[in-house]
Parts: sequence; structure tokens; C-alpha cells
Amino acid sequence: MTMSIIHRITGSALYLGTLLVAWWLIAASISQDYFDYVSWLFGTFLGRLVLFGYTWALLHHMLGGIRHFIWDTGAGLEKHTATKLAWATLAGSIVLTILVWIAGYATRGM
Amino acid sequence: MSKSPNDMRTPLGKVRGLGSAREGTLHFWRQRLTAIANVPLVLFFVGLLIALNGADYETTRAVLANPLVTLVLALMLISALFHMRLGMQVIIEDYVHGEGAKLVCLILNTFFTIAVGAMAIFALLKLAVGG
Repeated sequence: MTMSIIHRITGSALYLGTLLVAWWLIAASISQDYFDYVSWLFGTFLGRLVLFGYTWALLHHMLGGIRHFIWDTGAGLEKHTATKLAWATLAGSIVLTILVWIAGYATRGM
Repeated sequence: MSKSPNDMRTPLGKVRGLGSAREGTLHFWRQRLTAIANVPLVLFFVGLLIALNGADYETTRAVLANPLVTLVLALMLISALFHMRLGMQVIIEDYVHGEGAKLVCLILNTFFTIAVGAMAIFALLKLAVGG
């Protein structure tokens, strides 16, 4: 129940988030100055917070989607299994988000 | 649904597999199809962003101008935007009840996704040709 509405909320967040993807691509296609400005903006504390949330929304929605694929086969619909899957989705999304950001900082070398 | 005198089909035969919206499971099917495509495409994009984190302008442009990157990112945008248009359509249909408001939201949903896609893909093509 709660996970269903979270799937919709993360989906809606990703919907608006595509503006950030488009913005980044457009910035890269315009000029060095504008690209540097957008990179700086994304790199501010608030920018990083939004991008961190964006990463989590994406991974949570992706795992939630995989959960739907499992349900589509008719499996995992029993009450206790569904509850376990819900917790696995939440835990998995948090762990994966942290891993993605560790990888990101490792690449950056800081 | 007016019944022509020569129509031999039963009412059941006419609606079977279509439903009241006359598109049957097409919406569901496309939602799942784009969802499957999104998994590898979006993971590639996440990997690309990790690799490009902290990269300077020239490096970023060079990577984004790579034909394979352009192609995969374009496919990701198309699949993801199609998927989110379908998802938002369901949300609108569930929560916006006035017919007029619902219609406006559905139209804006399509306009928004196409506009974002057009802008992002134009930027990708511009980068691809080194513009």
C-alpha cells in the first residue's frame, strides 16, 4: 500500500527529474561557461542533495518495477512474501544509492 | 456502438480483448516493454555519469559525442519519456476527476514529454556533430 504510493511519488519525481538530464545535455551542447555554471550548480550542497534524492528515486523505482515484474509472473503475491519484497526494495534502493555515490566520489578522486 | 444490420458479431466478440477504451492491454504492454528497456539503458546512463563525475568540459563533450553514447542516450530518452508519459497518464486518470481538467492534464503530459525529449535529443545531436 505504502510502497504503491511511493512508486508513484518516485515516478513523478523522475518525471520532473528528466528536466535536469535535458538541462545537463543542453549545457554541454552550448558553451564551456554555461556547462561550468550548471556543473557548479549541480555541485552545490542543495544540488547534490537533489541529485542524491534523484538517484534514490531512480533506483527505488527500478527495484519497484522489478518487483512488479515478479508479480506479473504470479509469484510473490502472498502477504508475507510481498512484505519481504517491499522491505528488500527499500533496503536495496538505499544500499545501491550509497554505492553509486561512493563510485561517483571514487571517480572524482576526492 | 451502433449495430449495423449486417454485423454478425456478438457484443462479447466486439469487446473481447479491447475493453471500454478500445485499446485493450496496449497501455499495460507498452508500460512493461519500456520498463524492460529502461533497466539496461538507464543503468548505462548512471554508469556514464559516475565515469564523467568531475570531468572537464572537453572530456564530457568528447564522451557525449561518441556515436555509441549518443545512440544509447537517445534510446534511453525515448524509452524513459514514453514510459513516464504512460505512468503520468495513469496518475492523472486516477486523481483528476473533472473531464475538462483531465483532458488538459493529459494534453500537457504529452506536450511536456515530447518537449523534454526534443530538447535533449537536439542537444545530443548537436554534440554528436561537434556543434
